[in-house]
Amino acid sequence: MLINGNWSDQDSALNSPFAMPTTDRKPILLDFEKPLAELEEQIKQVRDLAAETEVDVAGQILQLEERACQLRKEIFSSLTPQQRLQVARHPRRPTTLDYIQAISDDWLEMHGDRAGFDDLAMVGGVGRIDGRAVVMLGQQKGRNTKDNIQRNFGQASPSGYRKAIRLMEHANRFGMPILTFIDTPAAWAGIEAEEYGQGEAIAFNLREMFKFDVPIICTVVGEGGSGGALGIGVGDRLLMMEHSVYSVAPPEACAAILWRDAGKSSKAAEALKITSEDLMGLGIIDEVITEPTGAAHTDPVLATEQVKAAILTNLIYLDSMTSQQRRDLRYNKFRNIGKFSEGLG
Amino acid sequence: MSLFDWFANRRKESPEPSPPADREREIADGLWTKCDSCGALTYTKDLRANQMVCLECDHHMRVYSDERIRQLIDADTWQPMDETLHSIDPLGFRDRKPYSDRLREMQDKTKLVDAVQTGLGKLRGNPVALGVMDFRFMGGSMGSVVGEKLTRMIEKATIDRIPVIIVCASGGARMQEGMLSLMQMAKISGALERHREQRLLYIPVLTHPTAGGVTASFAMLGDIIIAEPKATIAFAGRRVVEQTLREKLPDDFQTSEYLLAHGLVDTIISRTQLKKTLAQLITLHPAPQPTPS
Repeated sequence: MLINGNWSDQDSALNSPFAMPTTDRKPILLDFEKPLAELEEQIKQVRDLAAETEVDVAGQILQLEERACQLRKEIFSSLTPQQRLQVARHPRRPTTLDYIQAISDDWLEMHGDRAGFDDLAMVGGVGRIDGRAVVMLGQQKGRNTKDNIQRNFGQASPSGYRKAIRLMEHANRFGMPILTFIDTPAAWAGIEAEEYGQGEAIAFNLREMFKFDVPIICTVVGEGGSGGALGIGVGDRLLMMEHSVYSVAPPEACAAILWRDAGKSSKAAEALKITSEDLMGLGIIDEVITEPTGAAHTDPVLATEQVKAAILTNLIYLDSMTSQQRRDLRYNKFRNIGKFSEGLG
Repeated sequence: MSLFDWFANRRKESPEPSPPADREREIADGLWTKCDSCGALTYTKDLRANQMVCLECDHHMRVYSDERIRQLIDADTWQPMDETLHSIDPLGFRDRKPYSDRLREMQDKTKLVDAVQTGLGKLRGNPVALGVMDFRFMGGSMGSVVGEKLTRMIEKATIDRIPVIIVCASGGARMQEGMLSLMQMAKISGALERHREQRLLYIPVLTHPTAGGVTASFAMLGDIIIAEPKATIAFAGRRVVEQTLREKLPDDFQTSEYLLAHGLVDTIISRTQLKKTLAQLITLHPAPQPTPS
């Protein structure tokens, strides 16, 4: 739950094995955010000075604040794909559990794949959104280093994808809509992941998700990393937060392979078309969810409200359909993705 | 006639040197072929009769799509589908060279339009839909064309109520088409779900190498999954795993035999027995009466 823009740990501590620190933390600044931070620091200094000397600086402060607001808009409306990637990976960006807890009531996390594992990189459970029972799930990045190690930096194992499909089957059986939240650099690439069938686990989800009768809404909230993202990404509607990214391969890996130089990742990020606008243009996603100016990490309360509103609107739209219509919608949505030409030429 | 003209004429009369695309063929047409595994020299005609499987060490040499179709489909029954479907470089992608140039080069070199051939044919008299990926074409990578051709073929098989067989050989999704490539994984899986809903048989044959987005979609969705001996079958490539973990991996990591031991494929079948086995499996799984949808 959000209180004054800070995550309170009481609520989240009930249902998740970690909690956000309560003390104000130093902001983590991305390079392009620095001019903005400097300006904000300047505003603070003027304020402090005014308090000491009792000089009226209201006009000056107003001016500076307007400038800061303008600057924020300018910076965030002209981010390069590489900068978008940095925002999407921002350590303070709200995570899947932040969204789930903020948009739902009665949330109860459910664990395990019923076959020997509980992958903490994939979370899921049942809850209520606007009075409606739903199943929510997604990859979970850690909120700090310790948490990240437990959660494998949001890289799910085969057991994570199997836990996800188990919860989706549960939703389908009880007629609950499925809401998935995508935020992963990639599916985990380790020895055990290969041994336990990472490829099979993802493939199975891709096929099974076409089968469900209930509405499925998938939202990319941070990083949509390749097959690891798609493994919970087959929905009737695919939404993307403005500053999130979705990519066929991590730009760093792509650069290493195609340019033979991992340092060319900014070029690769540009060429791969990973931003929400680009993917809207390619007909891959259905909707872009606007983020607060300055991106979700600067105003998580507003960000979660936007996500909730978008999900509810889409849910109402999908409710107006029969289950067969939704399955056809889902099939045709993916069926129509692809650009090619026919005939000789 | 000057001496120069004489040389020029002579050059014209001499047979055209074969283009580089036919190099594999040229080796195969050579009288003897050396096995890349044990080094044994085999009379090429015998090797081809044995489907390019070394007679000495059973090593399965690479075989490309035309040869595969010949090996699996009864003579004169192959009807190719969507032969002119081609990529249009949707992102205007350019790495060290433009994608459109890369495509043209590959097309010239391999005489293929893209990395998969699809069609209908008979396998020991049984009608089947067959897709064969070709590793020569940009590492068999899957972009819009591969996705669309396989999807159309599976949809046709669902209507015709016949089994689908896909011979996989691919490095995964084609990066030059970005997210369009990734989404082909879902598209093909969706088509397979509809085929499966009709209780029709799908058998992927995993050959060297099968990796990435292909492994994480149709390669692993078979009712029965067959692998060729000693093929590399992976989700993440060996080097990626090594880099992630910074440790040395076992030699047999990600081989067919390793996957069999970990319960991920049903069986390993020698190429020389593949057609016979597929025919056997198809006759064991006749198509049931259509289920009303």
